[in-house]
Amino acid sequence: MHPAKSVIFFTTASGAGYGLLALLIAATIGGLFPADFWLAFAGYALSYVLITAGLLSSTFHLGHPERAWRALTQWRSSWLSREGVMAIFTFLPTGLYGLHHLFFPDLLPGVMALVGGVGIFACIVTVYCTAMIYASLKPVHAWSNGYVPMGYLLLALMTGSVLLNSLLVAFGYAATLVILLAVAALVAALIWKVAYWRFLDSTKSISTPESATGLGEFGSVKLFEAPHTEANYLMKEMGFQIARKHAAALRKIALGAGFILPVILILVGLYLGGIGLIAASLLAVIVMAIGIVTERWLFFAEARHTVGLYYGASHA
Amino acid sequence: MKDGIAARDPRVDTSPVVSDEVKFTTCYMCACRCGIKVHLKDNKVRYIEGNPDHPVNRGVLCAKGSAGIMQQNSPAKLKKPLLRVGERGEGKFKEIEWDEALELATGWLQEVRGDDPARLAFFTGRDQSQSFTGWWAKQFGTRNFAAHGGFCSVNMAAAGLYSIGGSFWEFGEPDWDLTKYFLMFGVAEDHDSNPIKMGLGKLKTRGDAKFVSVNPVRSGYSSIADEWLGITPGTDGLFVMAIIHELLRAEKIDWEYLKRYTNASWLVVQAEGEAEHGLFARNATGTPLVATPDGKLLPLSDRKADPVLVGSYTLPSGQTAVPAFQLMAERYLSEEYNPDAVAARVGIEAKTIRRIAAEIAEAAFEQEITLDIPWTDWAGRPQQKMIGRPVSMHAMRGISAHSNGFHTCRAIHLLQMLIGSIDVPGGFRHKPPYPKPCPPGPLPAGQETAANTPLDGMPLGFPKGPEDLLVDEAGNPKRIDKAYSWEYPLSAHGLMHSVIHNAWAGEPQEIDVLFMYMANMGWNSSMNVPDTIRYLTDKKPDGSYKIPKFIYSDAYHSETVAFADLVLPDTTYLERWDCISLLDRPISSAHGAADAIRQPILAPGRDVRPFQDVMLDLGVRLSLPGFVTEDGSALYPGGYSDYIVHHERTPDIGPLGGWRGEDGSGQGRGAANEAQLDAYIANGCFWEKKFTPEQSYYKFANKSYLEEAVHMGWLAMPGPVVMEIYSETMQKFRLAAEGHGRRQPPDHLRGRVADFFDPLPLWYAPFADADIDKGPGYPLHAVTQRPMHMYHSWGSQNAWLRQITARNPIFLHADMAREKDIADGDWVWINSPHGRVKAQAKLMRGVNRNTIWTWNAIGKRKGAWNLKEGAPEATKGFLLNHIISELLPPREDGYRYSNSDPVTGQAAWYDLRVNIEKCAAAEFGETEPMYDAQGPADLDAPPDILRYGADLKGEESSLAPVAMKDWIGNRAENAAGATGIAPGHGNQTTERHKKEKE
Amino acid sequence: MTSLPKEPPKKKLGLVIDLDICVGCHACAVNCKEWNSGGHSAPMTDTDPYGADPTGVWFNRIHSFEVENEETGGRTVNFPKSCLHCDDAPCVTVCPTGASYKREEDGIVLVNADHCIGCKLCSWACPYGAREYDEDAGVMKKCTLCVDKIYNPNLPEESRVPACVSTCPVGARSFGDLGDPDSDVSRLVASRGGYDLMPEQECRPTNKYLPPRPKKQGGEGQTAPELMPVSDSSAGVIARWVDRFLSA
Ligand SMILES: Nc1nc2c(c(=O)[nH]1)N[C@H]1C(S)=C(S)[C@@H](COP(=O)(O)OP(=O)(O)OC[C@H]3O[C@@H](n4cnc5c(=O)[nH]c(N)nc54)[C@H](O)[C@@H]3O)O[C@H]1N2
Ligand SMILES: Nc1nc2c(c(=O)[nH]1)N[C@H]1C(S)=C(S)[C@@H](COP(=O)(O)OP(=O)(O)OC[C@H]3O[C@@H](n4cnc5c(=O)[nH]c(N)nc54)[C@H](O)[C@@H]3O)O[C@H]1N2
Ligand code: SF4
Ligand code: SF4
Ligand code: SF4
Ligand code: SF4
Ligand code: SF4
Ligand SMILES: [Mo]
Repeated sequence: MHPAKSVIFFTTASGAGYGLLALLIAATIGGLFPADFWLAFAGYALSYVLITAGLLSSTFHLGHPERAWRALTQWRSSWLSREGVMAIFTFLPTGLYGLHHLFFPDLLPGVMALVGGVGIFACIVTVYCTAMIYASLKPVHAWSNGYVPMGYLLLALMTGSVLLNSLLVAFGYAATLVILLAVAALVAALIWKVAYWRFLDSTKSISTPESATGLGEFGSVKLFEAPHTEANYLMKEMGFQIARKHAAALRKIALGAGFILPVILILVGLYLGGIGLIAASLLAVIVMAIGIVTERWLFFAEARHTVGLYYGASHA
Repeated sequence: MKDGIAARDPRVDTSPVVSDEVKFTTCYMCACRCGIKVHLKDNKVRYIEGNPDHPVNRGVLCAKGSAGIMQQNSPAKLKKPLLRVGERGEGKFKEIEWDEALELATGWLQEVRGDDPARLAFFTGRDQSQSFTGWWAKQFGTRNFAAHGGFCSVNMAAAGLYSIGGSFWEFGEPDWDLTKYFLMFGVAEDHDSNPIKMGLGKLKTRGDAKFVSVNPVRSGYSSIADEWLGITPGTDGLFVMAIIHELLRAEKIDWEYLKRYTNASWLVVQAEGEAEHGLFARNATGTPLVATPDGKLLPLSDRKADPVLVGSYTLPSGQTAVPAFQLMAERYLSEEYNPDAVAARVGIEAKTIRRIAAEIAEAAFEQEITLDIPWTDWAGRPQQKMIGRPVSMHAMRGISAHSNGFHTCRAIHLLQMLIGSIDVPGGFRHKPPYPKPCPPGPLPAGQETAANTPLDGMPLGFPKGPEDLLVDEAGNPKRIDKAYSWEYPLSAHGLMHSVIHNAWAGEPQEIDVLFMYMANMGWNSSMNVPDTIRYLTDKKPDGSYKIPKFIYSDAYHSETVAFADLVLPDTTYLERWDCISLLDRPISSAHGAADAIRQPILAPGRDVRPFQDVMLDLGVRLSLPGFVTEDGSALYPGGYSDYIVHHERTPDIGPLGGWRGEDGSGQGRGAANEAQLDAYIANGCFWEKKFTPEQSYYKFANKSYLEEAVHMGWLAMPGPVVMEIYSETMQKFRLAAEGHGRRQPPDHLRGRVADFFDPLPLWYAPFADADIDKGPGYPLHAVTQRPMHMYHSWGSQNAWLRQITARNPIFLHADMAREKDIADGDWVWINSPHGRVKAQAKLMRGVNRNTIWTWNAIGKRKGAWNLKEGAPEATKGFLLNHIISELLPPREDGYRYSNSDPVTGQAAWYDLRVNIEKCAAAEFGETEPMYDAQGPADLDAPPDILRYGADLKGEESSLAPVAMKDWIGNRAENAAGATGIAPGHGNQTTERHKKEKE
Repeated sequence: MTSLPKEPPKKKLGLVIDLDICVGCHACAVNCKEWNSGGHSAPMTDTDPYGADPTGVWFNRIHSFEVENEETGGRTVNFPKSCLHCDDAPCVTVCPTGASYKREEDGIVLVNADHCIGCKLCSWACPYGAREYDEDAGVMKKCTLCVDKIYNPNLPEESRVPACVSTCPVGARSFGDLGDPDSDVSRLVASRGGYDLMPEQECRPTNKYLPPRPKKQGGEGQTAPELMPVSDSSAGVIARWVDRFLSA
C-alpha cells in the first residue's frame, strides 16, 4: 500500500493525542495528576493539537475536503464513518472533563468522573475505530488481523504515556507510575511489533494469483502482460512494494528508535535525574516519533493488497 | 428479460440523451475498414460504435476503432502545409498557404514530366485508394509507383494468385461456420482484424472444431488455440511439406478435386535441356494435354477425358511427359520431407507433425460435409451437392515476411489443394472479386515512358513470363525499386522498401522527386532506420540533397514528416470522402461482394485538405489526361466525391458497385448515378451483394458464380479458374535462366533465377540463416508482432491507446534468459550482423526457445507525434528496424540484393538473426540508438490533462427507461452448446438476423 | 444508504466473461472508456496523456497470464477485469459518505460523484482493483455496468448493452440477469462451469468467468487414427497408383 504522508501523520499523531488525553483524564480521576494548571493545560493542549492536526491532515488527502461532513453519515456500516463520528463525539466528554479539570475542578466531581470515564472510553473506541478502518480491509492481509487493533491501542497507550512522562518531567514532576507505565507500554508494544512482523513473515494472504484468476486448476499463474505499460492508479495506490533488504533495515530503525531507545532513554534519564532527566525524556519523545513514523510507514509499505496479484505479485 | 424496468434512481440518470446526430461511415483506425456509427454532440464525437448491419464487423469494434475519438483529438494532427526551412530531419518548417504548396509541387512535377516522368517516384503506404493513386501515376506517366504491399505481404498475394487465383491476406477467409479444423500460420492480428476475431469466437464457441496455431509466440490468437506449435521461424515450408509427405504416403488426398479443379493432371514435358522442358504438353491450339487410363492423350477441353494423375507418356513429338501430380508427388514423397528429417530444424517433434497430418486427414475425409445445394459447373454439368472438406487455413506475415515466403505460402496452398479444401464448405473461401485466373489480369505497364505521356497501362500487374519483365536490353531493372526485374520477377506490389536506398544510390536510376503518401518510411516502415535516415539526408558535393526533392503527405506529425521538403497535410478519416472499391482492396466477404465509402462527418477546423482532392487538383494543374476536360478545366470539379461517382474505369464500371445506373438499380454495372453517394449514406455507407447459396462455393468452377463475376467485371470470361499445383509460369523463368528464349537474365542472375523459380513449392533456409551459419553466432531469431490495439505508428499519438502500450520490452524465453543471467527488467543489447539496439527484457514461457520478439512500431523518435519530452515510446520503446538490413550481405562480386524474397521482392523482416547480451549496469535506463528530437512542426504543445467528454454528458430525457435484455456473446453458437439459451446473433440487429433467417 | 440493500437484490445484472475465447484485444476496455467519456461518470480523465507518465481512468482492463503446468504444458490466458458488482460489496460498506451504493433494482454498484469525498477507502476495500480514482475530479469512479446505456430509450435496441459487451469482437462477453436462474446468462454459466474470482474474499461477485476449455492438444482425446502409409517407399506409393489408375 502506498504510504501517504497525511495518513501516516494522521494515525500517529491522533493516536498519540488520544493516548495522552485518555491518560491525562485517567490520572486525574485516579488523583495521580499533580495539581498544576499549566501542566494540565499543556497536557490538554498537546492532546488536542495532536488529535486535531491528525484529523485535519487526514482530510488533506481527500478529493473533496469540503464535503468531509458527509463522512459522518454512514456509521452503521463504515468504520471510517464511525471513526469520524467518534472523533467528534470524543471532543464532548473529554472537552467537558478538561474544562472541568482546568477551570472548575471542584464542580460535580462524581458526575465529572463519570464524564471522564466516558471520555476515556471514547478515546479508546476512537482509536479502535481508526484501527478497524484498516483491520476491516480483507484484501490487505497485513491489516485484516487481530494484531492491528491491538497494535493501534498499544501504540496509542505507548506514545501517550511517553508523552505524558516527558510532560511531567518537563514540569518537574517525575511520576514513577507513569515511568513504569511508559516503559511497560514500550516493552509491550515492542513485543507486539515483533510478533506482528513474525506473523507477517510467516503467513500470506489466502488469496493467490491462482485464486485471483481462478486459473489454479490449470497450473501456476504468472503475469505475462499488465493492462498498461505505465503505472496506473491501482498500482500507484495499492501496488506499492518495498524491497526486502530495504524493509529489513527500516524495521531495525523502527524497532530501535520507536521502542528500544525510548526505554533506554527513559531509564537513563531516571538514573541521571535533573536536567539530564528532562533532556533524556524529551529526546525519548523525538526518537520515538522518528521510530513510530518509520513503523507506520512500514505498516503501509509492507502491506500487500490483493490487487497486486493481478499485476504480477506472486502473493498478497 | 421479462420485467426489469429500471426504477428511477435519483442518483443516476439512466436515460440521458446520447447525441444530437448519428452518422455512419467507415472506420480507418486500421485497414480492416469496419462500418461505424458515430454519435455526435455539439459537433464533437460522443461515441463510436460498430454498425450492426455492416458485413465486415456486424456491430463489433476493436480497440483501435474504439479509440477513434482520440485520433480525432490528437495534438499531432498537422495543421497547414509546411515548407522545410531547416536541414532535412531536423523538422524545422514554415507554414505556407495551399496555393503556394500546390504551385511548388506542380512546378517540380511539371519539370519532371516534361523531361522523363519516371524521374518521379510516387509511393503510397496504407493503400486504400490505390486504384486512384495508381491511375494518377499512370496518367502522369511514371512506372515508379507502388504501394506498401511489397514490404507487407506480397508473398501471400503472389503465391496465392499464382496458385489458386486468390489469396490469404484479406482476400479469403476460413468457412467459420462449417470448418472442423483450422490451421493458422503466423498471424498476430491480420488485416481482417475483426472478421478473424469474430470467426475465432464462433469456431471456438461451437466447440466441434480444432484450432491449431503455428507461431513461435503463444499470445493473442495463439493463446486461445487448442494447440500451439511454437515453430522455428522460417521453417513452415518444411513443416507443411512434411505434412504433405505424410498425406501422400497414406493416400489421404482428394483425387477427384485434383483432377477437376487443378492442373495436377496436365502433362509436363520431361526433356531436360530442351526449351520445352517442364512446360505443359499442349496440342496445336495450345490446349494442355492430359492422359486417360487407357493411355490416350486428349486435350483438356475434351469433355470425355477422365484424366489420370500418374504415369509416363510419349508425346507426338517423341518427348516424354508425366502428369504434374506425379512430379509433385515424387518430390514430396522424398525422404527429405519425412517428418523425422525436418523435425529438428522446424522445432516440432516428428510425432506431432505426423499427428497433425493425421488430424487434417481425419477432418477432411472422415468429417466430410455434404450440402444439398445443386449447382452447375462451368461446363454446364449439373452437380447434385457440394462436398466439403472442413479443413481451413489462414496465413499471413509469419509466412510472408521471410525470404522463402513465396514458396512457403505456395506449399500451404498446395496442401489445401491436395485435400480439396479450397472454396468448398468448411474450407478456405475466396472473397470476390477473387478467384481470378492464375496469374490474374494485367501485366505491369511501363516498358517505355515518354515526356508528357501517360503509361500504356497500370504500373502494377502480374508478369506471365520473362517477356513481361520491366528490364532493359542488358537485363537491368527499369524501375527505381527494381521490381519486375530478374532479381524479383514477380514483385507484383513493387518494393517500396528499396526506393529510398536506390534513389540515394542513383541505381538503377536517379530521380528528381520522391513523392510519398501515408507511409512512415523514415522510421517504422523502413528496414534499417539509421541508413534510411542517412539516405534521406545525404548530400552531393555541391551541397544539394542526393534525393533532390521529397514531397510527403501525412495527416500527423510522424517521423517521416521531418525529412520532407514539402508536407501536404491530410485530413483525418472522419473528415473526408473515401472509397473502398472493388477495383482495389474491397471489403467483400465469402458471402458476397461489398464496397463502402467514408463520408466527412466533421469539419477539419484546420487548414488541411483530403489527399485525394489534392491529387485531383495537381492532376488539373498538370493537365493530366483524365483529370481535365478539353478546355483544361477540372473534370471532377467537385473533388474526390465527384470522382467517386463519375469516374469510369471501363464503361459502366466505376469505383463503386452499388446503386449504379441513372435510377440506381444497377449492381456492379451501370451508368453514373448522381444520387449514388446519398444511396450509400442511406444504407450506412456500404453496399453488399450477397451470393445465392448456389454461388457460394466452388466459385472457381461454378457457372452461376462465374457468370455473375463476368457481369460484375471481375472476370473477362466465364471460364474456370484452374488452380496450379505446378506453375508453368515459374518454369518459364527457370528456362530463361537455363538459356532458353528471347529474354534471358544477365549471367550473374542466372543461377538465382534457376534456383528459385521452381515450378513446385520449395523450401530453402531464409537467406539470413545462410550467412549466419558461416558467421560468428547469431543463434536467435527475432520477430515482431502487431499489438491488437495499435496500428503501426499511429497508435502512440492516441491518448488512450498509448496508455496500454507506451513502451515495448524484448520478450525472451525464461530458460534462455536464465542461461544468460537476464532477469525481468534488465537492459540487454540485441546484436544483429547489421547493428545493435538496446531494450528491456521481459521473460515469458510461451515462446520458441530460440526466438525473441517484441511489439511492432512502438518505439518513436523523440519529438515525433507531438509527444512530450520523456515519453516512454522514445526512451524505453525501441524498433527492431534499427538492426534489420534492407540489403543482403554482398555477393562475391560485391553486389547486394535487397533483403527480400527472390521471387516477389517481399521484404524479409522476420529473417532477422541476433544474439543478446546483458548490458553493463551503467547502460541501463534508456534505449539506443537515440536520435536528436525532431522539431514540433508548428504544433501546439499537447495538454497536461484531458477531460474529454466532460461537456458531452447528456441531458435527462423525458422518455421512460426501457427494459434491459440479455446479450450473449456468440449467441447462436452458445445456443447450440448450452440448452435454453435463445439463439441469435448478439452482434446484429434483430432486423438483419430475421432477414438472414428467411 | 451505504449499507447494502437489506434484501439482496433479486435482479443481479452482471457480465459473464469467457476466458476460453478472449484474445486480449483490449476492445472492451477502450470502448468502455469511450462510452463512459461522455457518460454517467464523465470525464474519464487522463493525466499526462502525451507525456512521460500517461495514466487515466479506465473501468475495464485487460491482463494476460501465463499458466504453467509441467504435465499439460502451459497456456496463455487473457483476462479482462472490471467491477464485479458484488453482492457483498465491501466497497459499499466501507464508504463513509454513502456515495458508494448498490442499487436495489438491479444490483449495480455505483458511485454518486456528488457525494464522494475522494477518501479512496473503497478502492482499498475492493479486492479486485475495480475502483478508479479520478485525481483531477477528486472522486472515485468505476464501472457503471453502463447503467446509462442499457435502459436508455434514446438508443436503438441493439445498442442497449454495456459497451464492452456489444463491442467484443470474439463475443467473449455476455450480459444479463444472473439472479434469474433461467436467464440466458445463468444458463451459460451453468453449462460452462462459470466461477467467481477470489471467493475467499467473500464478496460474492455477480460477474462470472467461464474457464478456458480443455485443449484439444497433444495426443489427448485424439480421435484421428494414425496415418498408415500405403507402401514403405515413395517409389512404392507411386507404383501403387500407376497400378491402380492405369488400366493398361
Ligand atoms: N520491424 C517491423 N517493421 C515493420 C513491420 C513488422 O512487422 N516489423 N511491418 C511492416 C509492414 S507489413 C507494414 S504494412 C509497414 C507499415 O508501416 P507504414 O506504412 O509506415 O504504416 P504506419 O506506421 O501506419 O504509417 C503510416 C503513416 O500514415 C500516416 N497517416 C495516418 N492516417 C493518415 C491519413 O489519413 N492521411 C495521411 N496522409 N496519412 C496518414 C501516419 O501518420 C503514418 O505516418 O511496416 C512495416 N514495418
Ligand atoms: N492491430 C493491428 N492490426 C494490423 C496492423 C497493425 O499494425 N496493428 N497492421 C496491418 C498490416 S500492415 C498487416 S501486414 C497485417 C499483418 O498481420 P499479421 O500477419 O498478423 O502480422 P504480424 O503481427 O507481423 O504477425 C506475424 C506473426 O507471425 C509470427 N511469426 C513470425 N515468424 C514466423 C514464422 O516463421 N512462422 C510462423 N508460423 N509464424 C511466424 C509472429 O510471431 C506473429 O505472431 O496486420 C494488419 N493489421
Ligand atoms: S478492425 Fe478496428 S480499427 Fe480496423 S477498421 Fe475495424 S474497427 Fe477500425
Ligand atoms: S468488484 Fe470491487 S468495486 Fe466492484 S462491487 Fe465488488 S468490491 Fe465493489
Ligand atoms: S472515495 Fe468516495 S465512494 Fe469511495 S469510500 Fe470514499 S467517499 Fe465513498
Ligand atoms: S459494463 Fe460498461 S462501464 Fe462496465 S466495464 Fe463494461 S463498458 Fe465499462
Ligand atoms: S473485447 Fe473481448 S476478446 Fe477483446 S479483450 Fe475484451 S473480452 Fe477479450
Ligand atoms: Mo503490412
